[in-house]
Amino acid sequence: MRVTLFIPCFIDSLYPKVAMSIVQILERLGHEVDYPEGQTCCGQPPFNSGYWDEAREVAARQLEIFRDAEVVVSASGSCGAMFKKFYLELFHGRPEEEAARQLSAKTYEFSEFLVNKLGVRDVGARFEGKVTFHDGCHGLRELGTKQAPRELLRAVKGLELVEMGEAESCCGFGGMFAVKYPQISTAMAEVKCNSIVETGVDYVVSNDSSCLMQIQGYLSRHSPRVVKSLHLAEVLAQQ
Amino acid sequence: MIHLQEPQEQFQHDADRTTADEPRRAAVRKALGNYQIARGKTENAFASWQHARDAAATIKYEGVNHLDRYLREFEEKFTARGGKVFWASNSAQAREYILNLARERGVKSIVKSKAMTSEEIHLNDALEKDGYHVIESDLGEFIQQLKHEPPYHFVFPCMHLKRDEISALFERELGSAKTDSPEELTMIARRVLRQHYINADMGISGGNFIVAETGMISITENEGNARLTTALPKIHVALIGIEKIVPRLADLSLFLPMLATAGTGQQLTCYNSMYGGPRLAGEIDGPEEFHVVLLDNHRTRLLADAEQRDALHCIRCGACLNVCPIFKNIGGHAYGTTYQGPIGSVITPHYRGLQDWKHLSGASSLCGACTEACPVKIDIHHHLLQNRRNAVAEKKVWWEELIWFGFRHLMKRPWAYKLAVRLAPVGQLFHPFVYGTELDPVQSWTKTRDFPEAAPQSFHDWWRERKGARK
Amino acid sequence: MNPLSPNGDREAVLGRITEALREEAPRHHETPDKPAPTGLTAPFREWLPPVGKTRKEQIALFAKQSEGLKTEFHECASPEAAAKYIADLAKKGHWKTLALHKGQLTEAIAEYLPETLALLRIDDGYQKEVLETCDAGFTECESLVAQTGSVCITGRSSGGRALSVLPPHHVVVAHKTQVVTDLAAAYESLAEKYRGNYPSFISFITGPSRTGDIERILVLGAHGPKKLTVLLVP
Repeated sequence: MRVTLFIPCFIDSLYPKVAMSIVQILERLGHEVDYPEGQTCCGQPPFNSGYWDEAREVAARQLEIFRDAEVVVSASGSCGAMFKKFYLELFHGRPEEEAARQLSAKTYEFSEFLVNKLGVRDVGARFEGKVTFHDGCHGLRELGTKQAPRELLRAVKGLELVEMGEAESCCGFGGMFAVKYPQISTAMAEVKCNSIVETGVDYVVSNDSSCLMQIQGYLSRHSPRVVKSLHLAEVLAQQ
Repeated sequence: MIHLQEPQEQFQHDADRTTADEPRRAAVRKALGNYQIARGKTENAFASWQHARDAAATIKYEGVNHLDRYLREFEEKFTARGGKVFWASNSAQAREYILNLARERGVKSIVKSKAMTSEEIHLNDALEKDGYHVIESDLGEFIQQLKHEPPYHFVFPCMHLKRDEISALFERELGSAKTDSPEELTMIARRVLRQHYINADMGISGGNFIVAETGMISITENEGNARLTTALPKIHVALIGIEKIVPRLADLSLFLPMLATAGTGQQLTCYNSMYGGPRLAGEIDGPEEFHVVLLDNHRTRLLADAEQRDALHCIRCGACLNVCPIFKNIGGHAYGTTYQGPIGSVITPHYRGLQDWKHLSGASSLCGACTEACPVKIDIHHHLLQNRRNAVAEKKVWWEELIWFGFRHLMKRPWAYKLAVRLAPVGQLFHPFVYGTELDPVQSWTKTRDFPEAAPQSFHDWWRERKGARK
Repeated sequence: MNPLSPNGDREAVLGRITEALREEAPRHHETPDKPAPTGLTAPFREWLPPVGKTRKEQIALFAKQSEGLKTEFHECASPEAAAKYIADLAKKGHWKTLALHKGQLTEAIAEYLPETLALLRIDDGYQKEVLETCDAGFTECESLVAQTGSVCITGRSSGGRALSVLPPHHVVVAHKTQVVTDLAAAYESLAEKYRGNYPSFISFITGPSRTGDIERILVLGAHGPKKLTVLLVP
């Protein structure tokens, strides 16, 4: 299969290893990976702030860029939700509506792609460590992602998966929310991170790097012991 | 309490304070953790909670989207049995009606059961100014009244208080003995209220549902205070929002269990009572007069917004508050308005002005837990997003406009975007010098969290290189 | 400012509603596409917690619910046995006065109550202060709801509005035939009995009065009765 990657801007600049890991895994599974280099941003920041005209301008480009893709895999739950759900709202009643519909139909979040489209749970990974999984809200509630990442993690040799009490609680990132309402955002991170530390794990894993940015940011500053954060793809790429 | 000019400023100030109050946050988290457990058990007993939600949403959709027809039907049935209906366009009209009524009937003392609508129209203040003695009978409301504070949560008015605080309050205001027993504290309130039920000339209640088919108002409670408020005084006034309609009496056999499950995790609340008019000939007791004040107060404005009309399906169960991480961390008072939490953040801009109250819709990470918890499937978190869009469409904020101007021009030019990404590690060399200070462009992040380092090579460049190497 | 008409701004409110509803609202729910199974007046009934098929199962369910609610539920062989049960309650609770209304069952049972227990009959009216001092209120009911462990009462069949809520102990008596499956069945039976001419007060009582307002800790007897006793006779 020819898999076209959609790599959000912050993964591109801050966490490129996540995207590299995805490439590695998909090629290991025998698929051809494509990456349209003209891609920039899905438009979520202005969209969430209510600037939908501006978001549309940015989003319209993405419709063009991914027009010829067979299947699109997103490295992030929240940006994936833009392609899968929110573009339909943004372009409702407009000439781009059909293109948005088609893009939505062929877009997958990374873990959903592996488990539900390819039917793969074991990607041949090995990772020694005690791990807990954080459910990113967009993935969980907009895309319905819950079991897929866990099934993938359970198949990793040497990995022990522990559930935390606050697995489904929002980490507090929420895009601009994190800097517009930093006191609330930090309080939410505190609740999340206390729950993580309580499990005794060494690693917190998620399918959304923006969540991990928030969680790692808080852990590095406040955690009584070292807990590292990793994207699901980074774990699955290890052999 | 410092009072600032703009609601938005006040909100930020209050959120600063309440998010720093760790013991208070822990108490709220604990209370709501118990709610989650109880609710989970009760939901699972349903043959299908998800189907029940669809059924409830369908009925509310029918009711709200034919509101004129059903309100007329209610009025017809209710007045046929001696009830009086007053249609209030706004809070002033509602207050005036009730004050006039109290004056004309020579009312001296008033007992109230829980009515968020009375908070909304500031009824207690108006009644007290006119010289009436008003006492709240719901335990949580009674406590908040003694404290001169509004309710913290519209189902659990004093969930933020510990028992020692309540005891100290009772000792001060009621002269009771110190105790750390919730049971004893409840008995103190019970004893105090007893005489008020008996002596009150007027009982004022809210209402959970308006039943069109049979002309009844349905009231749900655990304590029995609403039953007493509406059984003993000569006059009963129910103040209820026009949107609380259900078409048929039998619809309550779905709504009552769902309200209980979502609201408190109970299978059914202790008392669910339907009032179809004043006492009828042949009945042993009951009020001689029953007035229902139907309150519009901007609900028709929300009704006219078809995209968000389902926000009027709300049955005020409070579930969205219970699961909201913002509510749990900032508390109910920080919202600064009658209806807190996610649903409050959706409707307050419609009821009190979009530009003044849009910040409540902004203070959310849009996690969607509220929409998931809502028993009538209101699309809550998407409405918050729509409020943001509507606020911008009405009036853009100049510096935000500037940012998105720059943003979209950057993002439409891949070469510019890639350049910016390449420059990021360079820019970060200077970051340590201003890190966490006023000059730090990401200070609101770095004040409390570490900021990630830009990777030396972006994914774009790695891919490019790899492509080149493979040729 | 023009004085409002006695029923307020009726035309203006209704006018705004009609105007607002011109535009259709989107649906965020699934509407049932299959017809309701026959025999159900309330099509959503199948989604609520299941109830047993036989009366015996339903009574057992009511008993189980009562346990969880802290309702005292007891099956009595006869009105005389019920009277003895009440007499025991009175002795244990040091009751002086039992308030009651005149119903076929309440009268049948009252006959067997001990002389030492004073009775306050309220059918022709009562003084609130006097009712407040009674130790218990004794009533009949419309039905017992198995699914939820609820007692359905009305002002017409159960002694008015205050009898069952003002005294600190509420005793209810019902025939076995009054047990119904769920709330919908209770509403159906009310509709059949009253044919649109409903009493002004209907209530579903589910356990003794309670509150969780203080630290979410359950306390019984907030304002209504602290104790609820349900007696079932054949």
